[in-house]
Amino acid sequence: MKAHEIKDKLQKKEISAAQVVKAYIDRIEKVDGKVGAYLEKDFDNAVDKAAVIDKKISLGEDLQGLAGIPCAIKDNISTKNVKTTCASLMLENYVPPYDATVVERLNNSGAIMLGKANMDEFAMGSSNENSAFKKVRNPWDLDRVPGGSSGGSAASVAAGEAAFSLGSDTGGSIRQPASYCNLVGIKPTYGRVSRYGLIAFASSLDQIGAFTKDVEDMALVLNSIAGRDYKDSTSYNIKTPDYTKSLSEDIRGMKIGIPVQYFGEGIDDDVKKSVLDSIELLKSMGAEAIEVDMPYTEYALAVYYILSSAEASSNLARYDGIRYGYRSKNYDDSIDLYIKSRSEGFGDEVKRRIMLGTYTLSSGYYDAYYNKALKVRSLVKKDFENAFKKCDCLVSPVSPTTPFKIGEKIDDPMSMYMLDVCTVPINIAGVCAMSIPCGFSNGLPIGLQLIGNYFEEEKLLKVGYAYQKNTNWHNLNPKVGE
Amino acid sequence: MGISADDVKYVAQLSRLEFKEDEIEKFTKDLSSIVGYVNKLNELDTEDVEALVNPIYIENDFREDDIKDSLDRENVLLNAPEKEEGYFKVPTVIEG
Amino acid sequence: MNCEYETIIGLEVHAELSTKTKIYCGCTTEFGGEVNTHCCPVCLGLPGSLPKLNKKVVEYAIAAGLATNCSITKVTNTARKNYFYPDCPKNYQITQDEFPICREGYIEIETSDGKIKKIGIERIHIEEDAGKLIHAPSGTYVDYNRTGVPLIEIVTKPDIRTPEEARLYLEKLKSILQYIEVSDCKMEEGSLRCDANISIRPKGQEEFGVKSEVKNMNSFKAVEKALDYERLRHIELENKGGRIAQETRRWDETTSSTITMRSKEKAHDYRYFPEPDLVTLSIDDEWIDKIKSALPEMPDAKKERFKKEYSLLEYDAAILTSNKMLSIFYEKCVGECKDPKAASNWVMGEMLRLMNESQKDIKDILVTPKDLGELIKLIISGTISGTIAKKVFAEMFETGKSPNAIVKEKGLVQNNDEDFIKDVVIKVLSENPQSVADIKNGKDRAIGFLVGQVMKASKGKANPSMANKILKDELSKM
Repeated sequence: MKAHEIKDKLQKKEISAAQVVKAYIDRIEKVDGKVGAYLEKDFDNAVDKAAVIDKKISLGEDLQGLAGIPCAIKDNISTKNVKTTCASLMLENYVPPYDATVVERLNNSGAIMLGKANMDEFAMGSSNENSAFKKVRNPWDLDRVPGGSSGGSAASVAAGEAAFSLGSDTGGSIRQPASYCNLVGIKPTYGRVSRYGLIAFASSLDQIGAFTKDVEDMALVLNSIAGRDYKDSTSYNIKTPDYTKSLSEDIRGMKIGIPVQYFGEGIDDDVKKSVLDSIELLKSMGAEAIEVDMPYTEYALAVYYILSSAEASSNLARYDGIRYGYRSKNYDDSIDLYIKSRSEGFGDEVKRRIMLGTYTLSSGYYDAYYNKALKVRSLVKKDFENAFKKCDCLVSPVSPTTPFKIGEKIDDPMSMYMLDVCTVPINIAGVCAMSIPCGFSNGLPIGLQLIGNYFEEEKLLKVGYAYQKNTNWHNLNPKVGE
Repeated sequence: MGISADDVKYVAQLSRLEFKEDEIEKFTKDLSSIVGYVNKLNELDTEDVEALVNPIYIENDFREDDIKDSLDRENVLLNAPEKEEGYFKVPTVIEG
Repeated sequence: MNCEYETIIGLEVHAELSTKTKIYCGCTTEFGGEVNTHCCPVCLGLPGSLPKLNKKVVEYAIAAGLATNCSITKVTNTARKNYFYPDCPKNYQITQDEFPICREGYIEIETSDGKIKKIGIERIHIEEDAGKLIHAPSGTYVDYNRTGVPLIEIVTKPDIRTPEEARLYLEKLKSILQYIEVSDCKMEEGSLRCDANISIRPKGQEEFGVKSEVKNMNSFKAVEKALDYERLRHIELENKGGRIAQETRRWDETTSSTITMRSKEKAHDYRYFPEPDLVTLSIDDEWIDKIKSALPEMPDAKKERFKKEYSLLEYDAAILTSNKMLSIFYEKCVGECKDPKAASNWVMGEMLRLMNESQKDIKDILVTPKDLGELIKLIISGTISGTIAKKVFAEMFETGKSPNAIVKEKGLVQNNDEDFIKDVVIKVLSENPQSVADIKNGKDRAIGFLVGQVMKASKGKANPSMANKILKDELSKM
């Protein structure tokens, strides 16, 4: 069921919150063994929260925005007293003493967390094969990846194990799994949603976002989590509109930009076809399509790998087994404690990024790599600024391929990194983008990326909603190995 | 311009990571290919371009000098792998 | 080669700012709390936490820059300095690298030969303090209460030429920072720390010699001693033809020498990069002017004013203005008694003496400026003598009682009654025939002795100058 459908039924007293939660718990118990979306489960608290909501309903009280709606939260978002592991041995038993701001906001809106979602370790990965605990499998084809790094968040919603979920997106980690799992996934503008409590990967690129079944649900979730947080200096002081008001079917006159560089050789033909067909559909609905040139697109991936690794190498320095986290049992002295704990606690991909990041920041290389990347970042940003002078939003593929088989790309880091070409420039510039289902190829989902100007999520929701009123992709559900 | 095994060893030390010999080899290869790829940025002339740290420009975000509650010590030490009498404990650090 | 050497010294001072809360979070900076009770997710560096800059820290840093004649950097940011150490919870320190908040300033010192010298300040920047480590054989114990306490780091240019100049610089810097009330600068408590860089070069050579770094000096005197030791060590090495190593050395108070520190040989690769969790710091002229206009009168300016306004000598004015609270005390006292010279004598004399003896800080003493002023007025009006006043002051210092109360209680009012004094004088003269004879023979010094006897006989109550006059009168009659 979609979140807005649950909301409707709760308000009409057709079902109780307790029944809703029970249904999801049953579903998790039935399919998560195959899917692997959940790490820590928090069922007892969920049942308690449902009881509170039911009491409110019985007293005729007004329900908050997401009251009674069950969700999963990516395991790199701090939840007080509930283990938050980042899918890493390093934080296997880490229990935060505080809630992330978005978690506080979800709690205030009445949403009910069912558990923490599996992910690629420390959000580094594009397939969710880098979890230290277990892989996540795509509910549409259990031999294939759900995408990453928010693979568990995506799979939970796709498999009906949550009505919505929170994820994080640093280089595509929400949009790509959304496209692989036939969901709506949004990366808000940098600064739209608080990062306080999000276990940092790359500070100037990370944003918390969400997965939902449709755009209408996304408006509800965004209403709840968006907004300035005084604890996060990088969260922007801008009013959060009521996103449910952006849901209109009329997109006549809107200018949709087609960035030529996003439709290059590396994109699979079937993906290209679905995206181009979608553009035709948008045109038939009254939008105008304009070609735009974004010449710095090809450099964005290099910028991304330098900046994200550099920031990550510093953000992950704190994991040393002293104040929390994994401490090795085999060290010789205090310095060796760091080396052993970190070497044993981190997985290969994490170590790879830390090494790359340290290298690009090290003496003698700072100017050639890190500083250079910061400068090219300006150029990538300029591409978007120029494009948005002419367009309301841009349209592109999300991933060059449909979901690939588990194990197919894990041994070749570069080929895995290349999957991010269409998503990464958005994080570099800091603009917002949303992936929505736009077709299938051989039974595997394809996503359409809508890219919006800074703080113009409303336009994305508008186009997305209109598109969904004229298509049925988002109403299809996987069989999850049945 | 790739990375050498010595570079990898130096960077590993800076990052407080250690690798077995065969891992060093694989890492050197992986990192070399990534570094080779990112060298692509040298194609661009960025002489007069501004370095951009944060994608959105924000300035002067401050807090006032007002005391807020600290964490209970219990919570401070909640996840400590080794603690003693309120302190975090590590093997004796030898200072020069 | 035996030639004259010039010593080049640069100092790096870290001063703890006296804000109520830490630099990036709202935890208290109060000293001496229970272990690990002044911590929160931010200063502990818990995963997911984010820093937020304390506005007061910026203001204090700007004030420090203005008070030391620096230019304030209009657009600046913070940076991460990456290194691993148990006292550093994030394993990076948020500091400033390329764009320190203040630069190119100077402090003036007066050397013992009376010359005024400018010591250049290269930069002042803001950063966060680390935690405390306690080393024991059983392990190292870490307390994070201090992490995040705000610091300013003040770096001089290599303008200092003698260990004495180094000490004078530190004294002046402390005075300035205390005046603007941004730090209490107590080296013994760790709120002021100093590291030094020192090298020598043959006189006339432009190139700098190899420098060594000296740490672990816990007082201004220790800094002077350590630098003197190190300077001589460098010279001895040079003269012997040995090589001075670029290294870090620790001052050892017990052996009065510097010792190599093992672990600091390799140059650290700190991999500085701009802090992405914090935003640009943009300081406009309006803000700077606001802080400037709120600055109090600075020690040097106050000293000059005291010299003019109160006709004080350089030496006295310097002491009275070396400590802000002391200077305020002095002025209030003058305001009360209208006698700057007397006030200066009392403050610099009896008051400082008793403060030293009892190890009391000016903020802890019980005497108020008003009371001291009143005491001086009592002397001026002749109500009590100078000798009695000393006793009264001692009691004032001990109990905080007003001079009038004490004089009344103890019946110490001076006796200005001519007849009474005359009686005592006559008695004393009759009891000291030898002294009388000496005086008649030209030994004027004996007059002093006789005055003393009069004071003794009157239990200190006789007005000494009257006693003196009457004594002379009576002697002339004899």
